Amino acid sequence: MDTLLLSRIQFGANISFHILFPTITIALGWMLLFFKLRFSVTGDQKWMDAYMFWVKVFALSFAMGVVSGITMSFQFGTNWPGFMETVGNVAGPLLAYEIMTAFFLEAVFLGIMLFGASRVKSWVHTLATFLVAFGTTMSTFWIIVLNSWMHTPQGYELVDGVVFATNWWEIVFNPSMPYRFVHMMLASGLTVAFLIAGISALRMLWGDRGEDVKTALRVGIFAGATLIPLQILAGDFHGLNTLEYQPAKVAAMEGNWETGPNVPLVLFAIPDETARENRFEIAIPNGASLILTHKADGIVPGLNDFVTEDGEILHPRVAPVFFSFRIMVGTGMAMLLLSWAGLVLLRKYGAGGMPKLPLYVFCAMSFSGWIATLAGWYTTEIGRQPWLVQGVLTTKDAVSDVPAGMVLGTLIGYLVVYGVLVIAYIGVVTYLARKASVGVHDTARSYPRSGEANVTALHAGE
Amino acid sequence: MEYFGDPAIWLPWTFAALMGLSILIYVVLDGFDLGVGLLMPLADDAQKDRLVASIGPFWDANETWLVLAVGLLLVAFPPAHGIILTALYLPVFVMLIGLILRGVSFEMRAKAPMAQKRLWNNAFFAGSFMASFSQGFMLGMYIMGLTWTLPNVAFAVLTAIFLTVGYGFIGAAWLIWKTEGQLQIRAIAWAKVGIWGLVLGILAISIATPFVSTRIFDKWFSWPSMLYLSPLPIVSVLLVAYLWWQLARLHLIGDRQSWTPFAVATALFSLAYGGLAYSFYPYVVPEKVTIYEGASAPESLFIILIGTLFVLPAIVGYTALSYYIFRGKATALRYD
Repeated sequence: MDTLLLSRIQFGANISFHILFPTITIALGWMLLFFKLRFSVTGDQKWMDAYMFWVKVFALSFAMGVVSGITMSFQFGTNWPGFMETVGNVAGPLLAYEIMTAFFLEAVFLGIMLFGASRVKSWVHTLATFLVAFGTTMSTFWIIVLNSWMHTPQGYELVDGVVFATNWWEIVFNPSMPYRFVHMMLASGLTVAFLIAGISALRMLWGDRGEDVKTALRVGIFAGATLIPLQILAGDFHGLNTLEYQPAKVAAMEGNWETGPNVPLVLFAIPDETARENRFEIAIPNGASLILTHKADGIVPGLNDFVTEDGEILHPRVAPVFFSFRIMVGTGMAMLLLSWAGLVLLRKYGAGGMPKLPLYVFCAMSFSGWIATLAGWYTTEIGRQPWLVQGVLTTKDAVSDVPAGMVLGTLIGYLVVYGVLVIAYIGVVTYLARKASVGVHDTARSYPRSGEANVTALHAGE
Repeated sequence: MEYFGDPAIWLPWTFAALMGLSILIYVVLDGFDLGVGLLMPLADDAQKDRLVASIGPFWDANETWLVLAVGLLLVAFPPAHGIILTALYLPVFVMLIGLILRGVSFEMRAKAPMAQKRLWNNAFFAGSFMASFSQGFMLGMYIMGLTWTLPNVAFAVLTAIFLTVGYGFIGAAWLIWKTEGQLQIRAIAWAKVGIWGLVLGILAISIATPFVSTRIFDKWFSWPSMLYLSPLPIVSVLLVAYLWWQLARLHLIGDRQSWTPFAVATALFSLAYGGLAYSFYPYVVPEKVTIYEGASAPESLFIILIGTLFVLPAIVGYTALSYYIFRGKATALRYD
């Protein structure tokens, strides 16, 4: 394998590992704020118990996200020096704004949110919680702006092969940004909804009938059932946007080789790139045309349009995009079925009387948001190849000339560490759930609701 | 933009200054975090929890200064970012793995089953060590001009050892300030050893730097700049002497001056860093790329600068607020 492919795998591995944790913290921050506010309003202990459990998961996820994020700011330089040399004038300010308006905000107030409850007034603690959630969302915004600009660049001019910004408004609000931002925020919301529902179901299976657990299960199911139709709608809009700006990606997603009308919706196939056709295809007639153009005879672009006269291929490798897309959609459909079934069961049995089978299914779906999010990102990122910045810079022109052996060696190192950490993370989240359920469940504990902070902890002396 | 003269001159200069400041703040702030991590194996189990508690609310924000520093290098001097980081590919990898281990163990040691706590304590130390050592190594390689020759690597290993011990020292100084009782007394003892790392490190760098290039040599040893620079070594020597005296009597005079070792350590790091910055200016890649050659387009730098002017004071403000909220001796970390 050459430096280019190894560098792509290495960056892909890092960014895949990284996105697992922001996907949780973005929405979980808002969820914690919701728990905190519900407690302030109702004074019901269960909200604070839920907060206290999930804030631990948040702290752990946040730390994982921070440390894996740092890796990437260095890898731009170590693996992709051509990226910043070519588009640094656009990417630079966007990254700088992310660091300044988001990273410091969330990092500083995280300390107060986690360990400051006994040191500051209740409203200051709530404010800190809000600022952490707001910071994670700002961070999402800026990084999505940059990523979207790489898919649909505008507001720049090329001088001697280097990009110069001409219109910052056009750069920030580039055509795919609003769709991608909404799609990612909803993805985070769904990931957290199913994580909360799944872990709560696990705790109930362990015999925990605490009010906080039942409430969390309800909140998880409601959030999932509300967000999934919105996500399907947002995904559809995003797809139409991609059709307009990156037709080659859509062609790969659909597994469509020839441009034309009445293109079927391919449910399953094995795309064969050498023969340039699909094998074992199962398809719904006119389906792709209907979804993408809302007309049965609408024209859908085909992959063969993106091969030049002399045989140079300007579309992404088909199979990874094709399958990632189907995994994402499939997971989304499973989420729709499960969360709506969950709603029906909630009406019938209530959270406390939920039968065992659906609890097991929710458990199994705890990390389904991760699968859908990763698959979605693989679709869009691999789908942009061979471009790094669509139409401006190819991936192979940006890679560094570090020896392949060194990239491979460090790649193995990263993979080992990431593998161990993902296992440890899931292990600890489950352990926290087990400890909360089976360990001492001290419901007599009370938390200050408003007004004066609890000062006893200050002098704990210990 | 034209008010201050040529923006292609003052903008790169401003960004070099901002980046330099971020690196210095990072070295001092995460220096004490990493130093505390390095001291972990020397503490007993109860003290280990207190060590971690003393940096608990801060380490994440402290680490963000590294992201800002490398971010500024990335956005303001893109070619330099590429050259420096590809030359330092391996030590950067070691540092990143170290920072990952350190940050993750921090959470894991408190949340994983008790049986695993030892493991995560060790990972916390290992991560802190890898990050400190590789940062010292990169410092040495940078001074030597980023070329992988045997003498350069040998020098880099030397700076790596000294910076690691130096971080241990500033970590101990932090603990003297933030802890009390038996732990504080032990921290004083650690600081007495650690101070050697700082002194030898500053000496080694001061001796080596002028001989790397005649340009730097002339900068230091020509009249009258020698006169202007003389306060730097003189003040440093005085500060070290004061530290020595203070550490020897600190356990006798009570807690009132427990903040002084950390303050003096910060001053020493700043002076040494100022000397380095003076030596290498105007180069961002030593003897190869100046900050003026390597800078991004003035329009892009300007748009960042506007934001910086608004945001940086806010960052400094709420960082200070956080240190104020968690003032005084470190107590056990609790979420409620």
